[in-house]
Amino acid sequence: MIRRHLPVLITLAVFIVGYLICLAQFPSFASTRVIGNLLTDNAFIGIVAVGMTFVILSGGIDLSVGSVIAFTSVFLAVSIEKYGLNPYLAFILVLGIASLFGAGMGFVIHTFQIPAFIVTLAGMFLARGLCFVLTTDSIPINAPAYGLITDIAFALPGGGRLTFIAIVMLLTFAAGIVLAHFTRFGANVYALGGNRTSAELMGVPVAKTTIRIYLLSSFLAGVAGIVFSFYTSAGYSLAATGVELDTIAAVVIGGTLLTGGYGTIIGTLVGVLIQGLIQTYITFEGTLSSWWTKIAIGALLFAFIVLQRGLSAASLRTR
Amino acid sequence: MPSVTEQPQLLEIRDLTKGFPGVQALHHVDFTLHAGEIHGLLGENGAGKSTLIKVLTGVFKRDAGTIRLDGDDIAARDPADALALGIGTVYQEVNLLPNLSVAENLFIGRQPHRFGLVRTGEMRRLSEKLLAGYGLDIDVANPLGTYSVAVQQIVAIARAVDLSAKVLILDEPTASLDAQEVETLFGILRDLRSRGIGILFVTHFLDQVYAICDRITVLRNGRLVGSRPIAELPRIALVSMMLGRELAAEALHRNQRKTVTGEPLVTFKDYGKRRLMEPFDLEVRPGEVVGLAGLLGSGRTETAKLVFGIERADSGQAFVDGKPVRIATPRDGARLRFGFTPEDRKTEGIVAELSVRENIILALQAQRGWLRLIPRRKQEEIADRFIKLLDIRTPDAEKPIGLLSGGNQQKALLARWLATEPRFLILDEPTRGIDVGAHAEIIRVIERLCEEGLALLVISSELEEIASYSDRVVVLRDRRHVRELSGSDVSADTIMTTIAGH
Ligand SMILES: Nc1ncnc2c1ncn2[C@@H]1O[C@H](COP(=O)(O)OP(=O)(O)OP(=O)(O)O)[C@@H](O)[C@H]1O
Ligand SMILES: [Mg+2]
Repeated sequence: MIRRHLPVLITLAVFIVGYLICLAQFPSFASTRVIGNLLTDNAFIGIVAVGMTFVILSGGIDLSVGSVIAFTSVFLAVSIEKYGLNPYLAFILVLGIASLFGAGMGFVIHTFQIPAFIVTLAGMFLARGLCFVLTTDSIPINAPAYGLITDIAFALPGGGRLTFIAIVMLLTFAAGIVLAHFTRFGANVYALGGNRTSAELMGVPVAKTTIRIYLLSSFLAGVAGIVFSFYTSAGYSLAATGVELDTIAAVVIGGTLLTGGYGTIIGTLVGVLIQGLIQTYITFEGTLSSWWTKIAIGALLFAFIVLQRGLSAASLRTR
Repeated sequence: MPSVTEQPQLLEIRDLTKGFPGVQALHHVDFTLHAGEIHGLLGENGAGKSTLIKVLTGVFKRDAGTIRLDGDDIAARDPADALALGIGTVYQEVNLLPNLSVAENLFIGRQPHRFGLVRTGEMRRLSEKLLAGYGLDIDVANPLGTYSVAVQQIVAIARAVDLSAKVLILDEPTASLDAQEVETLFGILRDLRSRGIGILFVTHFLDQVYAICDRITVLRNGRLVGSRPIAELPRIALVSMMLGRELAAEALHRNQRKTVTGEPLVTFKDYGKRRLMEPFDLEVRPGEVVGLAGLLGSGRTETAKLVFGIERADSGQAFVDGKPVRIATPRDGARLRFGFTPEDRKTEGIVAELSVRENIILALQAQRGWLRLIPRRKQEEIADRFIKLLDIRTPDAEKPIGLLSGGNQQKALLARWLATEPRFLILDEPTRGIDVGAHAEIIRVIERLCEEGLALLVISSELEEIASYSDRVVVLRDRRHVRELSGSDVSADTIMTTIAGH
C-alpha cells in the first residue's frame, strides 16, 4: 500500500523539506500572501499539467500545449480587441477550437499509428504558426470583463489573496482527480498506458479514449491560455514557449512514469508547486539568476527519473 | 441427456480463410460449436488455432468466409465488439493490465457506476465474490502485477467467464495452473455447459481434452482435419490426426530410470533466502535429471531463481565441480555455464521485435560478450540447426519472433539456452504450450543432452511428465524441500501423495 504511493510520498516530502528550507531562510514564506501568489503564478502551468498527466499516463506525450496557450491568448486578443467580440463568447469559441484541434491530433495518432511525439510536434508548429497568421504584435486586452474577472478574489487571513485563476486551477485539479480515479474514462487511460495491446484485447475502446485524451489536453491548454491572458492581459505569439517542457517536468516530478500507466493527478499538483517554490525562492534570494530555476528543476527531474527506475526495478525483483 | 449434436448450433464458421505475409494461417476452415458443449480445438504449434480465435473475435480481419452466431451473420470489428456479442475470450498471451488493480482488470469497461462515477467499493465486493468461486482470496485493490502468473491467469479466466453470455473461448488457459486449480476451472466449465454456454477450449494437454471435452476439432497447417465426438476417438487416433503421422506411444516416456553416480557437478548446501525459500541442499550430477515438483507457490521457481542467481541467496554455499563459487547475479550463473528457461516466457523471455535467429543466438552472444560478434554465417547455421531440431514452424529465421505461434516462440527460447551448450540447465515448465509431437522431440533432446553429460534441473506441474524423465524428484511444500524421491519411488502417485503431505 505504502509502496504503491511511494513516488507521490517522496514528491510530497521533497516539497515539505523545500518549503521548510525556504521558511528557515525567509520567514515570510509562511504568509498567505506568498502562498496565494504561488498558486496564482503557477495557475496556468497547473491547468495544462492536469491534461498532460492524462496524456502521459496513457503512454503518450503532448508537445503542442505551449503553442495552444499562445494561440488562445492571441485569438482572444485579436477577436476581442480588433473585432469587438464579446469576451465570454470568445472564450467558448476558443475552447471549441482547441478541443477540435486536440481531437484531431488524437484521431491522427490512433488512426495512422504515428507516435504522439511526432503528431503533437507537428501540432506545436501548426498552432504557433497560426498565432503569427493572426498577428505578430503583442496586443493588450483592455476589455472591462477582464478587469472584473481579475478582481475576483477571496481575501485570505493575513493579507493574501486567493485569485480567480488560482481557484480555476484548484478546481481543475479536483475535477482531474475525480476523472482519473473515479470514472471509466480514467481507468481506460491507465489501461492504455499499462499495455495498449492488452487493453484492446480486453475491449477497452482505444480509439475513443485516445481521441478524448488529446481533446482533454488541448481543451485544458485552452483554459490555461484564457487564464494566461488574464494573468498577462495581453495576447502575444511568442508567449508560453517551452511551457510544454515545464509541464512534462512537473508531471514527472509529481511521480508519473514517463512510460505511462503509473501516476496520480495529486502528484502533479505537488510537482507544479515544487517548481513554483524554486522559482519563488530564487526571486526572494535576489542575487541568483533566474536560470538557476532551470538548473534546479533539471537536477530534480534527473533525480526523480533515476529514483523511478530504481523503484520499478526493486518492485520487479520482489515479485 | 441429449447428445451434443442435438443441441442447437450456436456458432457456425464456414470456409474461413486468413493469410499473413508468407503464411496461409487458415484455409477454408469449417467449425461448428453447439450450445452446451465443450469443444476442444487441437493441432500442432502453428496450426492456426489462435488465428481462428482472433479472426472470430475481431482482432484480425478475415480474408474470406462466414461466421454465424445464433443464425445471424456476425463480423466483430474489434474485441470490444465480440464482448458485446456475448463472446468472452482468454487469449493465449494472457496479458491483462499489471498496473491496474485486480478489481479493475475484472471489471474494466463495465464497472458498476452511479452518476458517471465508478463505485469502487461495490466493484471490489463483486470482484471478491467472483474470485471466491475460484478459491482465490486476495486483496483485489492491489495491482494485478504484484501477483503470480497463476493468479493472473485465474483472474483472466474469471473475467472471460463472467463476460461470456453465449460463447467462452479459452486459448491454453491451463498453462500456468496446477492440478487443483485445473479441477476448479473444470468444475466451473461443467457448470457453464449445463447452462447452455458453448465453450471452445484450446490445449496441448491430452489428459485435459479427455477429461472435459465433448467434441474436438483438429487443425493441421491451417486446414481442417476433422471434428469428432471424443468418446469415439482413441488417443492414438487423436495424436495421428494432429500430427498426420503415427507417434509411438513410448516416444513420450523414457524407458529406464538410471541411478547416476559420480561427483556432483553442482552442489548447494543450506542454500536459501529469508522470506523467499527455506535453506535446502541440492546436488545434480552430470547426466542426471532432477525434477522439482510441488504446488504453485511451493518454491519451485524460487529454487530455480536462487540457483541461477536471479535471486541472491543470503545463506549457504554453492559449489561447482567441488569448488566454492559465488552466484549472486544471472551473469554469474551464465559465466558458470548454467542455462535457465524461465516460466513466464512472455514477459521474461522473448524479444518480440527481433528475428527468430537473433532470439536464438541472444544468450550465446551475451556469453561471448558483445564485442566478439558471432559471424553472420555462424548465426544462421545455429539458428537453422535448432529450427530443424525442435521443428520450429517459421517461414524463415528472419521472421520477427513475435509473429510466431505461442508454442513456436517457446521452442525458440529453449533453443536459445541449448545453443549456449550449458553444463547445467534449468528448465521451468519446458513443455508448457508445446504440442505432443514437439513434446516428444524435446524429451528426446533432453535425453541426448544427458548422455552428453549435461546436468538438468526440471520444474513441471505435469506429474506424469516429471516422473517419466527424472532420475530423482525433489518434492516441495510451503517453500521448503520436503522429500527427495529416487529409484522406484519416482512415480506420479508417490509425488502426489508427498505433495499432499501424507
Ligand atoms: N500477426 C501475425 N503475423 C504474421 N504471421 C502470423 C501472425 N500471427 C500468427 N502468424 C502465423 O500464423 C500461423 C498460425 O499461428 P497460430 O498462432 O494461429 O498457431 P497456433 O495453432 O495457435 O499454435 P500454438 O499451439 O503454438 O499456439 C503461424 O505460422 C504463425 O507464424
Ligand atoms: Mg496459439
